[in-house]
Amino acid sequence: MSLDKATVARIATLARIRVPEAELEGLAAEMEKIIGWVEQLDEVNTDEVPPMASVVDVDLPWRGDKVSDGDCRDKVLANAPEKAEGFFAVPKVIE
Amino acid sequence: MSELNRLTMAQARDGLTQGEFTSAELTQAHIDALESSRELNAFVTETPDQALAAAKDSDARRSKGEAGAMEGLPIAIKDLFCTEGVLTTASSHILDGFTPQYESTVTVNLWRAGAVMLGKTNLDEFAMGSATVNSYYGPTVNPWQRDGDDKPLVPGGSSGGSASAVAARLALGATGTDTGGSIRQPASFCGIVGVKPTYGRCSRWGIVAFASSLDQAGPMTRTVRDGAIMLGAMAGHDAKDSTSADRDVPDFEAALEKGVKGLKVGIPEEYQIEGMSAELLALWDKGKEWLTAAGAEMVPVSLPHTKYALPTYYIVAPAEASSNLARYDGVRYGLRVEGETLQEMYENTRGEGFGDEVTRRILIGTYVLSAGYYDAYYLKAQKLRTLISRDFKAAFDKVDVLLTPTAPSPAFAIGEKMDDPIAMYLNDVFTVPASLAGLPGVSVPSGLCGSGLPEGLQLIARPFDEETMFAAARALEDAAGFDAEPALIAGGRS
Repeated sequence: MSLDKATVARIATLARIRVPEAELEGLAAEMEKIIGWVEQLDEVNTDEVPPMASVVDVDLPWRGDKVSDGDCRDKVLANAPEKAEGFFAVPKVIE
Repeated sequence: MSELNRLTMAQARDGLTQGEFTSAELTQAHIDALESSRELNAFVTETPDQALAAAKDSDARRSKGEAGAMEGLPIAIKDLFCTEGVLTTASSHILDGFTPQYESTVTVNLWRAGAVMLGKTNLDEFAMGSATVNSYYGPTVNPWQRDGDDKPLVPGGSSGGSASAVAARLALGATGTDTGGSIRQPASFCGIVGVKPTYGRCSRWGIVAFASSLDQAGPMTRTVRDGAIMLGAMAGHDAKDSTSADRDVPDFEAALEKGVKGLKVGIPEEYQIEGMSAELLALWDKGKEWLTAAGAEMVPVSLPHTKYALPTYYIVAPAEASSNLARYDGVRYGLRVEGETLQEMYENTRGEGFGDEVTRRILIGTYVLSAGYYDAYYLKAQKLRTLISRDFKAAFDKVDVLLTPTAPSPAFAIGEKMDDPIAMYLNDVFTVPASLAGLPGVSVPSGLCGSGLPEGLQLIARPFDEETMFAAARALEDAAGFDAEPALIAGGRS
């Protein structure tokens, strides 16, 4: 496994984080070290082991499919960096 | 009244009950203490006016005979809990100016019990770190110093502001959250008690999410009894968190008196790691002797997959974080950095808003979840998690509780261990396994190392058996008789 600059740039785009070109090299080295370290898990044979699905033995509850909250548009928008006419506002996405 | 901040929570409760002082007086003493201790940088936001108003309301309730379990007791809240109308930052630039329009369930429970909020405490950004140095608001200082050396030390993390505030007597207690050790490790570094309850014991609703299958809230206090009082007020089922356990909250304080006679205490051999200091081994041995003298039986146990817990954690936690932190996009709250297109705006906002460690973990998480790697990393880690959990189940067939050190070292200096992320991750080597298995754990201050810094011992119990854990913790505390005070205690050492 090698984690190069191009891979880090691709991952950063997937994660929607702008990483300055000058920092890619350093990040690639750090990430490669961390990924190399977690790969020690490959020592363990887990062919017959199910992945953990629930941390403690608790059955997830069911609830009715009913509206339990709402009518709070102004509260929802209260922290928006930009809003317009009761909506969140973002840069233009349709020409 | 200047000494009111030296009381334990239980003593303050009794003093209020007997009318020796009012909550307004008790709260004012803590406000004075935190205003005189700003060099610790324990708080992101202080709320003295609200605290005094809440204290007066509490005094009024008490005079009408309506006192809750934490009536009038001033506490601090980790700045990861949403508090209605009060800035909530997660110590991140990306939450600039975020003022929640709702209150987290845990804090609702605390206010319902009568507690008073002094302010919001500093943490590692989004609770990612073990030293409270990854904060947009600067590092928090540990009130403890090495003998003859005033170099500032870290309080541990991520709940470092809470730990520092409680150790320096700026608050009777504080909330923390623990994902891989973020309550227990700072408690050990600051010489206080830190309780991580069973996953599901406290609601996660309204707590800024880091890794949802691991995050759990808990109390940080100066005594085991105070931890029991405060957890009782925080815990309880909440329909708004589907992983919150629908179980009655036991009387944790009553469990303190159960003692440890006949209790089987497991000593996991794998926790004796290479490079462990002779001092820490000696402290662990003392812990075994103390519990033996109190009537418990020490039983060697094996948790064979222990060494894989940290690498497992560093797949699971970043994976969940990368998903949880996708919500910070400059649209709904916090920072926005403009761009030509929507995608550029997202990238600019997140590039500027997240600190180095958070960026690193989001990238690791995105990588291990990306196409082609999911099975190799995330699925593999979830399988290891099953094995780690089975290890604990097998051990708990033989014993009632486990005794281990809390952290591999005492507090280190601000600036140390910053170059190598993995060296920093090793701080959580003894706390992460119980987190992966959802088990309750507590760190109890047990002694001072040679340089005069506190070290804690950890007790781990079966799921939802905090009562046995508290009984053993109380016995350990009683035998350890830890009464040392930090150098930077508010008002000076007594």
